[in-house]
Amino acid sequence: MALALQQLINGLTLGAVYGLIAIGYTMVYGIIGMINFAHGDIYMVSAFIAVTGFTLLAALGVSSVPLALLVVLVVSVLFTSVYGWAVERTAYRPLRGSTRLAPLISAIGMSIFLQNMVQLTQGARVKPIAPVLIGGFDLLTIDDFTVHLAYSQVLIILVTVALMLAFTFVINRTSFGRQQRACEQDRTMTALLGIDVDRTISFTFMLGAMLAAVAGVLVTVYYGVVDFYIGFVVGIKAFTAAVFGGIGSLPGAMLGAILNGLIEAFWVAYLPPEYKDVATFAILILVLMFRPSGLLGRPEVEKV
Amino acid sequence: MRVVVAQHAPSLRERLKDAAAVACVALLLGVPMIGLTTVDQGGALHVATRWPVLAIFVTLCFIGRLLARFGLDRLQLRRRSRPAAVSALRGTGALTAWVGWSCLGVALALPVIFSDNRYVVDTATTVLIYVMLGWGLNVVVGLAGLLNLGYAAFYAVGAYAYALLSTQFGWGFWQALPVAGAFAAGFGLLLGWPTLRLRGDYLAIVTLGFGEITRVILINWTDLSNGPNGIASIPRPTFFGLPFKPDGDTPTFASFFGIEFSPLHRIIFLYYLILALAMLTNLFVSRLRKLPVGRAWEAIREDEIACQALGINVTNVKLSAFAISAMLGGCAGVFFAARQGFISPESFTFNESAIVLAIVVLGGTGSQLGVVLASLVLVLLPELGRDFADYRMLLFGAAMILIMIWRPGGILAKREPTLRYRALSRDGGGP
Repeated sequence: MALALQQLINGLTLGAVYGLIAIGYTMVYGIIGMINFAHGDIYMVSAFIAVTGFTLLAALGVSSVPLALLVVLVVSVLFTSVYGWAVERTAYRPLRGSTRLAPLISAIGMSIFLQNMVQLTQGARVKPIAPVLIGGFDLLTIDDFTVHLAYSQVLIILVTVALMLAFTFVINRTSFGRQQRACEQDRTMTALLGIDVDRTISFTFMLGAMLAAVAGVLVTVYYGVVDFYIGFVVGIKAFTAAVFGGIGSLPGAMLGAILNGLIEAFWVAYLPPEYKDVATFAILILVLMFRPSGLLGRPEVEKV
Repeated sequence: MRVVVAQHAPSLRERLKDAAAVACVALLLGVPMIGLTTVDQGGALHVATRWPVLAIFVTLCFIGRLLARFGLDRLQLRRRSRPAAVSALRGTGALTAWVGWSCLGVALALPVIFSDNRYVVDTATTVLIYVMLGWGLNVVVGLAGLLNLGYAAFYAVGAYAYALLSTQFGWGFWQALPVAGAFAAGFGLLLGWPTLRLRGDYLAIVTLGFGEITRVILINWTDLSNGPNGIASIPRPTFFGLPFKPDGDTPTFASFFGIEFSPLHRIIFLYYLILALAMLTNLFVSRLRKLPVGRAWEAIREDEIACQALGINVTNVKLSAFAISAMLGGCAGVFFAARQGFISPESFTFNESAIVLAIVVLGGTGSQLGVVLASLVLVLLPELGRDFADYRMLLFGAAMILIMIWRPGGILAKREPTLRYRALSRDGGGP
């Protein structure tokens, strides 16, 4: 019972991180219909910026944790959004309007490029940082097992909820959100109505990169270690989450991510942990067999 | 969405402004990655700065953009002043055939020319493995138009099938080849069956998941696969029962033919073996394309709903594409295991699937010769880059992007129509 509660907390934390990244996948898919394989690496770049940021602030003698967190979050979000923009501008925009496979290959190339660039410039070794946020609450104790809720977990869940609310507002209420949704439905028509489609797509990439950047900083705080390979695994998990919930659907991405996090956490607790990735994918395949367009996705209607 | 480009040549001022903008972006990108880094000193991280390197990087971006823009503009101007390229439509089929035959000629002559250069023959063997994998994946991606991101799984199934059959049951290469191929085809059916209702990117993620599942199982099911340590001392293929050994109780290749033993014999034999397997694959696939099932693959790629309306059983057609592609991948895996003599799950990561897919797409989906050219590029590029080993994967990624931008349809973008009206009316069959 206590273990289940603990894994519920861990699973939700993991799910929140996946969700922040999954939104980037699902938004990009919604607007230009491509899998942005480099998105996981954008998250990895942000985690490295966070490592540098925290180390730099510690060297400068900033001891206030909230201040350090805020500064690193802002700096990382800014720099990472430039990365998101540059990736779209160099690798995807020239391929707009060509075959469906071309941007996919270009994205895989970009993913390889970013991974190796970070490996070259920041080193191939695992980077551990000094713990930023220590401690937590002991919720309850059953049979010598204490359910622990770390401050970093509270931070992750709170930040994710806040960002989701803000994000829903941006998409539903602002003029950028309207443009973004219009581009998703029909790019040609949107362009005819005088909306700069290229700019909207650029913003979408930047927004996705910003959310991934927040996830990168939060994970750095939570786990305290970073290496150049983390983007691949987390990226695949987040993409699975986006497909799970129905790609193109924002609430679906969040739902899929939370389910993914919970499945992983509970599998690790009760079943052989080596097979946790198998479980994620096997459940994904099962779900897709019965609901071919994901949990919340609308089935595609094809007209001839 | 193509906007008509303004006809006037940009002034120097505009060019400088454009390059300055690029340099600004480069500065923003470079500060956190190149300008700053963390180094491990006595167990704790410290920040180190590399401002001179960053300055060089930004300057290079500025100059590079200026020159590239200038060159591209000149090129565009020249292209625009030339009449439309009608000649491109004429006689490319004959040219493709000519290039294909001369490639085969070079491939046949290569071990004779470089008979004392082990490295060249080895690299050529690697190229041919990728050619065979590319042709196999081409059935699913190029012909049937289904995206498969987990092709390495079938490659792994073939390799492990041979490794286990040979080390545990003492099977030979030639006995194991069809069995392992059939086994991989079975896996293809296993994957294809639940995923056929899915389309496009859902299929992509499921195949990716399948590839990862296969790898994770190979790592963790130690009783079967010996886990991450892999399977070693896999028997090498023999020349019709004659092993490639210095000497032994039974006649060896060298003693049978009365020549002096040389380790190169096996390498050259392996080279011709994979060449034969690859050519067999090519023949098999190009024959299949002329059968009803091959026509159906291409028809499904073009329009699935129309196929259903015409009474084609889409499920069976897709399943056959999956199974045949998996079988070819499995056969390539058998050869890989026999050549290396050692396999581990490390060889069958997502990167492998991505490289094979990149070969198919870079070559021009559906083009057989394109696969050859793309494997040459993608295998030789990292090999040539060995001198600056640290940068080779970086350049590999950049090259993938650049080739895609340069030719979005692949190196050989022209899609060969399999049915030609004239050929059809002349002899009633395909060309």
